[in-house]
Amino acid sequence: MSERAAKVTPAESDEQDDDQIADSAVPDAATEAETDADTTAEPTPEPVTNGAEAVVRALENAGVEYAFGVQGGAIMPVYDALYDSDIYHVTMAHEQGAAHAADAYGIVSGEPGICLATSGPGATNLVTGIADADMDSDPLVALTGQVPTEFVGNDAFQETDTTGVTTPVTKDNTFSSDPDRVGSDVSEAFALAREGRPGPTLVDLPKDITKSETDREPDEPNVPDTYTVQERADPAIVDAAAERIENADRPVMLLGGGVIKGEASEACREFAIEHEIPVVTTMPGIGSFPENHELSMEMAGMHGTGYANMAITHCDTMLAIGTRFDDRLTGGIETFAPDAEVIHVDIDPAEISKNIHADYPLVGDAETVVEQLREAVDASPEAKKWRAQCQQWKSDYSMAYDAPEDEPVQPEFVVEALDEATADDTIVTTGVGQHQMWACQYWTYTEPRTWVSSHGLGTMGYGLPAAIGARLAADDDQDVVCIDGDGSFLMTLQGLSVAVRENLDITVAVLNNEYIGMVRQWQDAFFEGRHSASNYNWMPEFDKLAEAFGARGFRIDGYDEVADTIEDAIAYDGPSVIDVHIDPEANVYPMVPSGGDNGQFALAEDQL
Amino acid sequence: MKRGLDGPAPEERPTPQGRRNKQGIRIDPEVEATHEPRRTVISALVEHEPGVLSDVSGLFSRRQFNIESLTVGPTNDDDRARITVVVEEPDPGIDQIKKQLRKLVPVISVRELEPDAMRRELALVKVEAERPDQVAAVAEMYDGNTVDSCPETATIEVTGARQKIEAAIETFSQFGIREISRTGTTALARGTDETAASHSVGSPAAAEEPPADTANHQQTYTHSTDDD
Repeated sequence: MSERAAKVTPAESDEQDDDQIADSAVPDAATEAETDADTTAEPTPEPVTNGAEAVVRALENAGVEYAFGVQGGAIMPVYDALYDSDIYHVTMAHEQGAAHAADAYGIVSGEPGICLATSGPGATNLVTGIADADMDSDPLVALTGQVPTEFVGNDAFQETDTTGVTTPVTKDNTFSSDPDRVGSDVSEAFALAREGRPGPTLVDLPKDITKSETDREPDEPNVPDTYTVQERADPAIVDAAAERIENADRPVMLLGGGVIKGEASEACREFAIEHEIPVVTTMPGIGSFPENHELSMEMAGMHGTGYANMAITHCDTMLAIGTRFDDRLTGGIETFAPDAEVIHVDIDPAEISKNIHADYPLVGDAETVVEQLREAVDASPEAKKWRAQCQQWKSDYSMAYDAPEDEPVQPEFVVEALDEATADDTIVTTGVGQHQMWACQYWTYTEPRTWVSSHGLGTMGYGLPAAIGARLAADDDQDVVCIDGDGSFLMTLQGLSVAVRENLDITVAVLNNEYIGMVRQWQDAFFEGRHSASNYNWMPEFDKLAEAFGARGFRIDGYDEVADTIEDAIAYDGPSVIDVHIDPEANVYPMVPSGGDNGQFALAEDQL
Repeated sequence: MKRGLDGPAPEERPTPQGRRNKQGIRIDPEVEATHEPRRTVISALVEHEPGVLSDVSGLFSRRQFNIESLTVGPTNDDDRARITVVVEEPDPGIDQIKKQLRKLVPVISVRELEPDAMRRELALVKVEAERPDQVAAVAEMYDGNTVDSCPETATIEVTGARQKIEAAIETFSQFGIREISRTGTTALARGTDETAASHSVGSPAAAEEPPADTANHQQTYTHSTDDD
């Protein structure tokens, strides 16, 4: 940093709103900056000289520490500017992994994750990860190289209409066409990714724009005037909702991912405990309420617990916060919480009454609105009988499973063993499929931002790159465990090369059944057991593959190996992979078939 | 080994009495309550920049909103354009359209126009010119202008509300229509009523018509995020 002489500070020119004044004021600003530099310890960065430096400066100003990406022709100027930056760039093995790593970084840290890719295939490889972030409202900024503007539209080498391709899967995107604006475009993208309902944004960066000379420092990361967010809900509706809660016979709180993103977990926990309201979460809402608490009914929905599904089906008042009522949660709309008056808290007005009609629509920031409700609710609902009923369901529909020692290892046992071997604040990432559901059901989550998964898009292969991003966002003493499936792991395991190179302490437990297990389960239930393309028949030995990458490899075949092997893998200071050979016929229950009635969940295949 | 979990089977469980309709609204199980689609005009003031039209049209196609026409054009402010969309949806769908449009960053304000708003579209109708006098008479009947004529064809410009255009086209069809080009509806609110305000920012929700939410208790809520 010391080689960076103080010439002009970005803050100085930012104060000038008018472009022309800012330009002409540079000499003055430079003098002021020098005097400033004498009095502050912070070294002042050198002024930007081109578009790429403005892009990197925008990231630095936003406080970015890590970026994930892959080099390539059209993004080279930006990488050249990154070369001199304190931002730590993690070179990924594939752009999809860069997007997932940045996405997970955003989930764990709460700040937008940054991913970079070149034009054409670099950008299109990011798309899966961007779409994933869009479905889960994760803050993410994607920066893509683009062919020089004079070639745009000519089908040039590695040209793709990146903003066109990503429009449906981004919160906002921009084709940057002005070197003087390019830094501010990135600042704005960063702000938009974070503000209100978070989401992915993208800035497409033509190579000539990033190479062009400019001395324009980026504006502060602010959202445009056309973007406004309502923080506080309408007090009249808050009062009406509060009255409804006070008079509820069978109240339930349904906490979604918005509770975690809105930092409302603590407020919700206090509200639930104060008024003794049973709490159900959605899958993204896992971690918003401690699952070891008596009031926790855990996750509802297609593979939610029986007791959570009974609670949401029979409640008469549902306080739903930060959830978009996804079909995997609601099952059939006709039978979803059919007796319940719904109080819906969401920061996005478009989610209100989109899938489930809100009787009490409360648009606003989750934490703010829960505080408003706390003030408005004067008396707890009289729901002793209902709470007893919920506890009864917890024992009626216990998640206890059979694990005979002479049979193949049951996956639930492995998840529980991993949970026991690690601290409460351990971060769990997953791929998508059966293993993901077991990880939901049999790990006891107690803290927000410890569950990192692909919910809405359901992206197989999410787990390992997510573990890389989560590792860099986590505290040093936090463990990161990736519970993966064999099919999911196979999709992105090239990320092991990154984990080894960066010496990231992560443990991957592959629940290996040599099937696309969830598909196999559905084929058994709904396609007469015809295992079309779901049986891999052959899988590489993941422990040996891990060793080939330079990671530690372990293998589990029987129950007697589970505890010790997990202990060794967790203890290893670096990436490790446990190839866990589980019962290939193990199924996920309870299960509500697509569009089914949550209250009619199946506990075994013959009930489907 | 046994596969699955223990517990009362589905048929042994209590079931609730209520039901919701497909729009997620609780209904009396005896009375099927559905919203019928209706046609309405939505006007959006947007930043005049590349990509806005595709943002808007893409939104309609990917969310399967039924649109009848979409027009776009500049306004008196060089930085703003107006998009006018005619949609046909049930009330909850119209409400979603407005909310989803408002979420697009380049969209400044959105409003559903009153039924009495001024709505116009333009059609160019190219007909066979075998009976020029009769063509001219019909054109006059619909306040149309003949904008091109040659021995074989005459092209008449007709403007007006959709019903008038349709009636004109039907009448012209007696001459034999060669080609038609229509613009779709453009519209403005009447009198001092603003079609879509030019400032989006912050003013706590004022005068927009309440969203067409229905049923049960709280029927309306306010945005501070939009237009009004």
